[in-house]
Amino acid sequence: MDLALAPETLARWQFGITTVYHFLFVPLTISLAALTAGLETAWVRTEKEKYLRATKFWGKLFLINIAMGVVTGIVQEFQFGMNWSDYSRFVGDVFGAPLAFEALIAFFFESTFIGLWIFGWDKLPKKLHLACIWMVSIGTILSAYFILAANSWMQHPVGYRINNAKGRAELTDFWHVLTQNTALTQAFHTLTASFLTGGAFMVGIAAYHLRRKKHVTVMKTSLRLGLVTVVIAGLLTAVSGDLLGKVMFKQQPMKMAAAEALWDGQDSAPFSIFAYGDVSKGHNSVELSVPGVLSFLADDDFGSYVPGINDTNKAEQQQYGPGDYRPIIPVTFWGFRWMIGFGMASFALGLAGLWLTRKKCLLPPHLRVGEDEVPHLVLFRNKALGPVLTTWYWRIAIGTLGFPLIANSWGWIFTEMGRQPWVVYGVLRTRDAVSPGVSQGEVITSMTVFTLLYAILAVIEVKLLAKYVKAGPPELTESDLHPPTRIGGDSRDADKPMAFSY
Amino acid sequence: MQLHDVWFVLIAVLWTGYFFLEGFDFGVGILTKLLARNRPERRVLINTIGPVWDGNEVWLLSAGGATFAAFPEWYATLFSGFYLPLLAILVCLIVRGVAFEYRAKRPEESWQRNWETAIFWTSLIPAFLWGVAFGNIVRGVKIDRHLEYVGNIWDLLNPFALLGGLVTLALFTFHGAVFTALKTVGDIRRRARRLALVAGLVTAVVALLFLGWAQVEQGDGKSLVALVVAVGALVAALMANQAGREGWAFALSGVTIVAAVAMLFLTLFPNVMPSTLNAEWSLTVSNASSSPYTLKIMTWCAAIATPIVMLYQGWTYWVFRKRIGTQHIAADAAAGAVH
Repeated sequence: MDLALAPETLARWQFGITTVYHFLFVPLTISLAALTAGLETAWVRTEKEKYLRATKFWGKLFLINIAMGVVTGIVQEFQFGMNWSDYSRFVGDVFGAPLAFEALIAFFFESTFIGLWIFGWDKLPKKLHLACIWMVSIGTILSAYFILAANSWMQHPVGYRINNAKGRAELTDFWHVLTQNTALTQAFHTLTASFLTGGAFMVGIAAYHLRRKKHVTVMKTSLRLGLVTVVIAGLLTAVSGDLLGKVMFKQQPMKMAAAEALWDGQDSAPFSIFAYGDVSKGHNSVELSVPGVLSFLADDDFGSYVPGINDTNKAEQQQYGPGDYRPIIPVTFWGFRWMIGFGMASFALGLAGLWLTRKKCLLPPHLRVGEDEVPHLVLFRNKALGPVLTTWYWRIAIGTLGFPLIANSWGWIFTEMGRQPWVVYGVLRTRDAVSPGVSQGEVITSMTVFTLLYAILAVIEVKLLAKYVKAGPPELTESDLHPPTRIGGDSRDADKPMAFSY
Repeated sequence: MQLHDVWFVLIAVLWTGYFFLEGFDFGVGILTKLLARNRPERRVLINTIGPVWDGNEVWLLSAGGATFAAFPEWYATLFSGFYLPLLAILVCLIVRGVAFEYRAKRPEESWQRNWETAIFWTSLIPAFLWGVAFGNIVRGVKIDRHLEYVGNIWDLLNPFALLGGLVTLALFTFHGAVFTALKTVGDIRRRARRLALVAGLVTAVVALLFLGWAQVEQGDGKSLVALVVAVGALVAALMANQAGREGWAFALSGVTIVAAVAMLFLTLFPNVMPSTLNAEWSLTVSNASSSPYTLKIMTWCAAIATPIVMLYQGWTYWVFRKRIGTQHIAADAAAGAVH
């Protein structure tokens, strides 16, 4: 009961709910902006209609997503002040700057050019219209970078000093905050995971249509683009995840020990695939593990020593005073596994898909199909998959669109909960970060309001996405094929209906 | 002038930009019920702000982010203190953004009508609440020695602040009506001018009361100048509106907003949030601000980014400079089949 009523508990739940929800949309926004931009580039360069139809189709899904990403992002910016005012007072000098940079540099970019892109189809010449979506894409990536730099500072504070007279942290080296290895690797990992998410989203939806043999031309192109994205991004997500893991082993040994439920430090530490432990006793009762792999992950060496939860807890007690410095082990342990498991499952599926639908030149003549036919899924040289396996491949491919979303959510839950009891590692405890003046009733009110509102919006959003997914790519109109040559639109007929979007 | 004074001005600039820009799109949102008579007209209204409302809203996020970075104590006290009104504003902005984006995505009339109702209320409520918030910021609230807000929600709903809410509500409605007259053709344009007259007169009354009250209690010579400019610009905007000079009317209603915000910030300075319990406990530009190093970095960022933002946002307005009317709405588009 004590825990449930701790002032930070509700604020943490609220932050968790709103952030995980916000981050369902963020990676899709980042990746679909770039993928849509890529498709529109292909249209401008080749003038093949399938690319324009694909642009319009994915662009529409992108817009339905970004709307939610933008509005849920507003909450993120204000909730530090609302629920975490002591945090804001303590770190605002350091943490506020990247947030302000994000708004002034990235968010303006994104929001202004998205308006131009949505409404600009009959107002802007082709190349200028294309430039707008690239601007949006750059905006989303910059935005992510500034936010991740801010988060990285919470994971590994650098470039600051503590001003005891004022009782706060003060920035001393902004460049260091922006370019420390935590920020770089975290941005690398998050951005690659975002593209894995967008790629899987494309694969899933393209598979949905191809399985029904609908909109084949556009969806075949989309499937290839999605699969290539999944494979490249999946590989880079694994590489960047490994890099980030090594950084974390050095900077937050407790988080990584907790990720592995490694209670006592050891040489040649094993990577456990499954474990069931007893937190109060501080050891695992059941465990299945691969020897040496954890040491390798930590240090590129199968034999090296990895500190455990108990050792790290003792070390932190000596450094920071008495207390319990362990996060909730089952959450970190399983969060870490679900992140990797779901992320890599979609990567594996992408790899299989890329092989099964390989290019014509790699296939024997009788298995080749035309532009507007659904590809055979060819496993071996001369043998296509049977109907049952084919159906199952498409089914699983549709399912894969949700996998990275699950992986992303657990990734954040893992990294944020793995840092506890700290909000800024080694500097500020979470319990000292909440708003002292805000009552539990107020927090409960806002949490209830946001949760209900977000739930309702989720239903609306998913239904709308489903409607546009099912409708498939739109047919092109005359004005689509003949974009204006002048900014503001050609004034051939002043009363001509405009390509309104709202 | 020290850096924290510069930042006081810059925060004022960001809020001014926000109220100038989102002010008219809130106003247009309110007009969807006050002015539009049918669906095509509502659609015309919504599309006058369609390409720009999102960019306008970022001025708020910038004001919020910049306050966090430049005045962490102000950010912390303000946002934790004004908790419930801020929650209401956030909910409105969430629903409003989704409403604009999703309204035309289904053809059913009930679907579109619901989102239109949402646009009206989520424009009206923040337009009112921002005035309430600024009324309280200027007048001061119960802040204790730890710079924490110790009042409750009812303390925030005092007569001065509620009057401030009426001012922003009326002013934004006026600003939106003038904008609509500038951006539309046909019958709706004429009616927008008529509505602007009414809204402008109401604004003149409540604004004079509110700003006068603030001036008498906390003003000095500079704030009096700003007050005179605000009222003068409002009168001139009304005259331009009556003369059918819509560009001038919009520019002048903009000047009214700029001068009114300037007046409030002038009466505030050097405080950023006065304490009504003890003047010693007030948040000021010096005790609420960040370190000089952070302010220096932020100054560079703002000095470079803000003009660029204004340039490309200005360009957006130029791209969508054409007036629109019901004739530009295709029959099928009115039913929601777009692109």
